[in-house]
Amino acid sequence: MNEATVNGQQRALTGIGAHTTALDWLRSCGLTGAKEGCAEGECGACAVLVAQPAESGRSAESGQSVASGQSDGADGADQTQWASVNSCLIPAAALNGQEVVTSEGLGSPADLHPVQSQMAANGSSQCGYCTPGFACSMAAEFYRCGRAGEAADVDGERSTDGAVTDDGGKPADGAVPADGTVPDDEHGPNGFDLHALSGNLCRCTGYRPIRDAAFALGAPQDDDPLAARRRKPAPGPVATDITGDDGRFVRPATLGETLDLMAGNPDATVVAGATDFGVEVNQRGRRDPLLIAVDRIDELRTFEATDSHVEIGAALSLSEVERKLDGRLPLLEGMFPQFASRLIRNRATIGGNLGTGSPIGDAPPALLALGARIVLVSPAGEREVDLDGYFTGYRQTVRRDDELIKSVRIPLPVAPLTAFHKIAKRRFDDISSVAIAIAGEVADGVITRARIGIGGAAATPLRAHDTERALLGNPWNEATINEAAAVLGAEGTPMDDHRASAAYRQSMLAQALKKFHAENDETLEVSA
Amino acid sequence: MSRLAERPANPSVGKPDPHESAAGHVTGHALYTDDISTARTDALTAWPVQAPHAHARVTAIRTEAATAVPGVVRVLTAADVPGVNDAGEGGDEPLFPAEVMYYGHPVCWVLGETPEAARIGSNAVEVDYEELDSLITVADAVAAGSYQGNHRVSRRGDPESALDEAAHVFSGEIETHAQEHFYLETHAALAYVDESDQLYVQSSTQNPSEAQVIVAQVLGLSSHEVTVQSLRMGGGFGGKETQPHGLAAVAALGTTLTGRPVRLRLNRNQDITITGKRPGFRMSWKAGFDDAGKLVGLKATMTPDGGWSLDLMEPVLSRALCHIDNAYWIPNIEVDGRTVKTHKTSHTAFRGFGGPQGIFLIEDVFGSSAPALGIDPAELRRRNFYQPGHTTPYGQPVRDCERMPAIWSQLRQESDFAARSAEVESFNAAHPHTKRALAITPLKFGISFNQTSMNQAGALVLVYKDGSVLINHGGTEMGQGLHTKMLQVAATALGLPRTAVRLAPTRTDKVPNTSATSASTGADLNGGAVKNACDQIRDRMADVAAGMLGVEPADVDFSGGMVSASGASGSGASRSGASSASSASNRELTFADVAHEANAKRVQLHAAGYYRTEGLQWDPETWTGTPFKYFAYGAAAAEVEVDGFTGAYRTRRVDIVQDAGDSLSPMIDVGQIEGAFVQGAGWLTLEDMRWDTSDGPTRGRLLTQSASTYKLPSFSEMPSELNVTLFDEAREDGAIYGSKAVGEPPLMLAFSVREALRQAVAAFGPAGRKAELAHPATPEAVFWALEAARDAARQPATDTTTPNPTLTGG
Repeated sequence: MNEATVNGQQRALTGIGAHTTALDWLRSCGLTGAKEGCAEGECGACAVLVAQPAESGRSAESGQSVASGQSDGADGADQTQWASVNSCLIPAAALNGQEVVTSEGLGSPADLHPVQSQMAANGSSQCGYCTPGFACSMAAEFYRCGRAGEAADVDGERSTDGAVTDDGGKPADGAVPADGTVPDDEHGPNGFDLHALSGNLCRCTGYRPIRDAAFALGAPQDDDPLAARRRKPAPGPVATDITGDDGRFVRPATLGETLDLMAGNPDATVVAGATDFGVEVNQRGRRDPLLIAVDRIDELRTFEATDSHVEIGAALSLSEVERKLDGRLPLLEGMFPQFASRLIRNRATIGGNLGTGSPIGDAPPALLALGARIVLVSPAGEREVDLDGYFTGYRQTVRRDDELIKSVRIPLPVAPLTAFHKIAKRRFDDISSVAIAIAGEVADGVITRARIGIGGAAATPLRAHDTERALLGNPWNEATINEAAAVLGAEGTPMDDHRASAAYRQSMLAQALKKFHAENDETLEVSA
Repeated sequence: MSRLAERPANPSVGKPDPHESAAGHVTGHALYTDDISTARTDALTAWPVQAPHAHARVTAIRTEAATAVPGVVRVLTAADVPGVNDAGEGGDEPLFPAEVMYYGHPVCWVLGETPEAARIGSNAVEVDYEELDSLITVADAVAAGSYQGNHRVSRRGDPESALDEAAHVFSGEIETHAQEHFYLETHAALAYVDESDQLYVQSSTQNPSEAQVIVAQVLGLSSHEVTVQSLRMGGGFGGKETQPHGLAAVAALGTTLTGRPVRLRLNRNQDITITGKRPGFRMSWKAGFDDAGKLVGLKATMTPDGGWSLDLMEPVLSRALCHIDNAYWIPNIEVDGRTVKTHKTSHTAFRGFGGPQGIFLIEDVFGSSAPALGIDPAELRRRNFYQPGHTTPYGQPVRDCERMPAIWSQLRQESDFAARSAEVESFNAAHPHTKRALAITPLKFGISFNQTSMNQAGALVLVYKDGSVLINHGGTEMGQGLHTKMLQVAATALGLPRTAVRLAPTRTDKVPNTSATSASTGADLNGGAVKNACDQIRDRMADVAAGMLGVEPADVDFSGGMVSASGASGSGASRSGASSASSASNRELTFADVAHEANAKRVQLHAAGYYRTEGLQWDPETWTGTPFKYFAYGAAAAEVEVDGFTGAYRTRRVDIVQDAGDSLSPMIDVGQIEGAFVQGAGWLTLEDMRWDTSDGPTRGRLLTQSASTYKLPSFSEMPSELNVTLFDEAREDGAIYGSKAVGEPPLMLAFSVREALRQAVAAFGPAGRKAELAHPATPEAVFWALEAARDAARQPATDTTTPNPTLTGG
């Protein structure tokens, strides 16, 4: 039987089709805490927690793959993390065998969860409609391993780096978060990362009381069941085949089954995090005959870092990639916080971001600047293609219908000077008007390496080859930069739309190079 | 002090209580309309068929293919309407239109067993259209002479001569864009016929009484046959003042025709494309200053875009004209206002209700003129404040206007304004690519509905013989904390702890003929009514208690749930004369004891409360009178930092001092101030509503119809530091327990952000240049403005008083 564990209770996944969202299914169960605010993963009113596999170590040793083929499906992890996700984008069928916690499962009015009591006491709710979603996003960060003030780590041992809490559950003064962050505008003294709430919109409060609640959180109590749950493995994937009036949802058990199913159904839709597909379902009524879920296939979830390259499994979520890279690639490190929201990054995969072929995805420009290559797999075997040339037209790529993106391979070493500039109206959770990624090297005052990827400037993500030529071999000075900036401004064919004018997009391409120069030229000081 | 404003000892009002539903909010247990609907598994779902033209005649509707879709039960069309086919009280909003008036206008509605069936059914309805010419922009409408509603002129003195004689004259033209309410809960209704054969509608509405009127009108029923409840809303902001009622009527019509409950919830795309917004305004002005920087004359025009129907545009325009003065004395003024009719959604109320656009104009005058006058903008603003004895352009004395300079200097001190201004200057000198600015702006906002007849309210208070209290009032809860305040008011009036009072949902069968909960008046009006009801009951209970205690009724004190002789050790005891120390007067009774005794003695323990605001008078023909009970004052200081490469910016710090009277509920009020401020900053800087103005096939289509394309402030737009102070010693004698309204005024504190951006942009260019900034001041708009400033720095000979045509909006 298809079922999911919701708030500790088994519930049959009945009455659902292939496209029924997790949100609609939860609400049909009477759990109406999660709400539909936008139906496209922008507002977070639908946020819930799901149990996901946690990395067992902070980072893999060089050369050692942390992936494994364990059939228990724990993805190589023996521990669990509570991840906040947009339930409006996830197919209900994808919850088969999984564990979900909603705002109702965190606490009740008579017995509030610590997150809920801080929010209630701080005036974090006004109309209250976005509040259950905020509570879930905040709870995920409350339980994040390594957060300062998150006292006991997953192994049950006390942190040894000073991140201890006082008896009141508040972080001790001067506590240094285990993850190395220091308190600033976006991080509380308890290590709370405000980016955890970047996918939740509130129209009433102006956010200050929500931030105060978040920054006042202490550590989970020893008897906190959700904290304890982290010490056991996350539920593994469960092979699923559900057919409704609206189509069929299949989660194959193996990569082989997946490739066979794809080969036999050229019109099948491959779905990983469904953060793009779910928007199509909700906003444009898209209903496809066959959905194939690939987000939990072990072979697509590998991660390998050697001296010569980093290889990232296509089905790893962006949050997982961020944790596994652990700052190894500063260009991507700069991109992650600007990539949608934490809610989206907990589901969206790197393969999905390439697979949609969107010209405004954030990962392609960054990966282009890093010289990434794509590993494609089909029943005929694997092949590797350069990302530069992968995109052939608007949402068109060289990938054949029977091929799956297996991984992304980034050659090392990466050029020492890198930058990721995303131009958007809003700093958190926005879609770029243009995005520019730059990787370069200057030796003895001369530009020796330059690779630039741009998004939002044409029907596909682009490598700015002409600009790179204008830079290479020339002196690192304003004259070179101004000349190259003029070239960069003319790369692509940006358009006018509701996000930005074509003229602004062109200017921003040119300005990005000037800003890159100013930020890396010690004679000038530039703030963010 | 008036009895209305007087607070007893140890009152519940004034305590920083959390929202009464906070525990329900955080756990998801608090229900909203569509949460109730999901429990009605027998309910049909209503789904609109939206027209793909901005203006067209509907020549045929064929429903056969739709009703053939499995699960589709019925298609509702104009032919089904037994009453009046109109969604408004003005007769210009056909519910099932024969003429499509905007892109996305619903022409009919499909009822399905499931949302999926209704959606598929709506796609199967075949509608034939005859396309007609459309007017999308204000310029289109002005050119075509397409106006609606009254043409109003506010005039005082001789502005023509004043401008002729002024030492310095500047002019400007600017267009503010529309703003989407984006309440997180989209419009929703659930209708069914209840067990007593009463038509019952749960609607997410700020105005249940108007929902009742419209439902009755469409169905050809009397009001007493329809009950509307508004349990709570997931945000309203004015967007649920008139807009929900046609939707409630569709659900009600569906239920009467099918005998099944009908559930209607707009999804976000439908909500944005169907319902009205804060209207955009096209504005032009000419302002004259003397050498001291005193504003001597102003002529202005305001042309709001009303969209396809008049809706609330007449009162919106009234409020705009009544707020063009903001906190400033303008001796000679003429403002001409007239609303255009376009083929867009029906623009409507939105927090501030025209006030923000009026204040926008005058702040644009000061902000853009200050550099050219060579006067610091903060100083220029201060010099023009109202002085005691001044009246507004519409002739109302500016009572308490001395609060404005008091707030101003308190804010300057609390925000460390002078020192930080100096820091900003030295920062800017050291940073060629980044500029900061610190700006301060004032606020005066009139409280009361401009339309005098709306300033009334009712309440129903029930005391049970066990001493428990249930209150009901005509105001609706949309997150603003009105119910919390009403509980505090009732607890204060009856001398009870707040927990002893419970509040029942807002329903038209409890309190009839209510005004919309809007214009910031919810607490003033309903608080007055709740207190009135409680006072009646308490006076009767005091008689009973007097007998029990052996004292005069006037000496009975209700406090903390106890009833006793007042000052049992003081004056109360002495007045009870020489009776023995063991007399009944030293006894303390519980509130429940007295309630029980009152019931036994056949004394009425419930009361209908009523309140109307006294002293209001308004003549719209002469544009004079006293439309407002009082003014709310405030000021904000905002510091921003602008990136010269991109135009991106951050708000580094905001300080606010706001006059909320003696606050009824300080945590609620601070929340309203902060939330309004951020919402105002969204309107002024970020939120960018765009329609297709091309001549292509989707002309008139809203381009920003989702959360991914219409960006409201997120955590990243929150000021890094936000300090809010409630102005002290601020009792308002004419309002409930000395408080003042707080829902709308602080939205207009956000002009401090816009003015700071303007100053930061100017810092990229030469001094003395007239400083222009488009609306909304998105990073792109800021970038073009600072590029213009940088260009001016390269060519120092530009005419400083000519607006840059690329910056005047459009």
